[in-house]
Amino acid sequence: MKQNNIIEVNHLKVSFDEREVLKDVSFSVSQGDVTVILGGSGSGKSTILKHLLGLFPVEAGVVNLLDQDIATLEEKNELDFYLKLGVFYQNGALLNSLTVGDNVALPLEQHTDLPPRLIEEMVRTKLNLVNLEDAYYLYPSQLSGGMLKRAALARAIILDPPLLFCDEPGAGLDPVSLAALDELILKLRDQLGMTVVMVTHEVSSILRIADKILFVEDGVIGFDGTLSSARKSSLPSLKDFFTVGTGGKKG
Amino acid sequence: MKQKDIHTSQYFYLKGSTICVSGPLNIHNSAGFLHDTEAFFRSNPGSGFTISLSNLTQLDSAGAIALHSLQETAQHYDITLNMQDASEEITNKLELFRPVKNKTVATGKQEPFFYNLGDKAIHILNEYVVTFFYLVSDILFWSVRDVFNKKQRRKGEFLNQAVSIGVNALPIVASMAFIIGLVLALQSSSQLRNFGANIYIVDLTVIAMMAEMGPLITAILVAGRSGSAIAAEIATMKVTSELDALKTMGLNPLRFVVIPKIYGSLITLPFLTILASISGIAGGALAAYLYLDITPEIFFNRMPEALYQKDILTGLIKSIVFAVIIVITGAFFGFKVEEGAEGVGRSTTSSVVAAITLVIIADSILGLMFY
Repeated sequence: MKQNNIIEVNHLKVSFDEREVLKDVSFSVSQGDVTVILGGSGSGKSTILKHLLGLFPVEAGVVNLLDQDIATLEEKNELDFYLKLGVFYQNGALLNSLTVGDNVALPLEQHTDLPPRLIEEMVRTKLNLVNLEDAYYLYPSQLSGGMLKRAALARAIILDPPLLFCDEPGAGLDPVSLAALDELILKLRDQLGMTVVMVTHEVSSILRIADKILFVEDGVIGFDGTLSSARKSSLPSLKDFFTVGTGGKKG
Repeated sequence: MKQKDIHTSQYFYLKGSTICVSGPLNIHNSAGFLHDTEAFFRSNPGSGFTISLSNLTQLDSAGAIALHSLQETAQHYDITLNMQDASEEITNKLELFRPVKNKTVATGKQEPFFYNLGDKAIHILNEYVVTFFYLVSDILFWSVRDVFNKKQRRKGEFLNQAVSIGVNALPIVASMAFIIGLVLALQSSSQLRNFGANIYIVDLTVIAMMAEMGPLITAILVAGRSGSAIAAEIATMKVTSELDALKTMGLNPLRFVVIPKIYGSLITLPFLTILASISGIAGGALAAYLYLDITPEIFFNRMPEALYQKDILTGLIKSIVFAVIIVITGAFFGFKVEEGAEGVGRSTTSSVVAAITLVIIADSILGLMFY
């Protein structure tokens, strides 16, 4: 693993019931980069993400995150490993029975010995970062879609993880909220040195924040490069993403 | 002359009146840092200190908030505190993770006890009593109106509900009533034998089962079985926006979901009650035969003398009232659900508790009325 590579995936192959979902996937993610995994529906983006998170067992190939081979991750080291990952799920995945404040505080209460006063201040600060300071005592069911996402982001970054995964963070957000969310993610990257891996289809968002594009097509990485080279790519399907996404005609 | 460093903690050392924070300050050691600094402030009240951050090697959000909170702790011990020598990176993080003022917690004076009590009473009155009566009036209105109006009702739904609330409950209701009838007669038999009043076991069992135990056992079992199901179904429909979908399709959720359940229970509960009473009497007859040597023939010959039309009617009227209570309570708690999956569970529990309580209260009121 190179010094500045925080993620390295080599020859990852995945099949579900003899259906090959990922044929041979290899890529790396550098520390401090915002990497966007892009691809059509059913291309295997979510499968890659779930393998990176260790939610699916690695059957063939190597997935290495933060100098840890996922396949050899022992149960006793699982907690330390997961504490370094922040995951921002598409639908928020907040616990409905807890208030937003309690949801965000949960990892701190469970995994640290910080005094309750400090935990509350941390939660309020993180909620303030995502412009949700007034939602401390609200339940997830009382939040709008955009607020839910911001609350989920506050929970994902509560432990200042070096690696943040975002699954479709922009889905269902208005353009203004989406731009604000992108700005926040960039701020976290710049000031905390977080590495961000994002699955998204929002072209406006990609143009704003992506350093690197991984384009998944038919179970392989069809394109792996910087945003500017992706925009110049001659790969027809990738070209379509950018032209249709920015309001142009497919061609 | 170089000042001597005075180490006071693993997290900082004192150099004159300067507290030099050293090493990393993060989520793992912020609690210890706060503990040590508070102990230090406690032993030096009323002083002035400067905090130097030049030796701080790493800072995360927990560390930044711990540093910010030092000001508050220092104020508590009458200590003035200044921060200096922070690198640009540390300054940015301190700025990014600046604690926010607690806006939502009221800091005003506490309201008097009776004010709070009255406030709670008004809240309960509005949230439960008024809403409940609105729901009852709506349900009663539509129940009567929909007898003659078949629109907005799904075909066959009434029959489905009758089967689910009434017919499917038959085995459990009949077997429970049989056992209770048997135990009731069994417990009374020794007392009656003492007075030589063995034959009155018939009167006791028949009146108790027809007027009291039959309707009550049926209602309690149906409240537990179907009342909870009604609350859970409606609550889930509300949480998953199915009720909103019905409304936007121009359908009244009350008429579509609740009214068929009212009809189903109104039709089946009286029958279920009669069957429960008969089953209980059969249990009583078995106990009378086994413990008081009263043959079934004697038992059933005595029955017409013990049983009055009034007792049968009392049982039937009770069953109708109980049916309405069970469905309305289930619907009320179903519609009241607020927060997701846990809310559905809470609504279901509340509906069963409330239905059984209301059934017992109604039973005693009707018992007094028909005494």
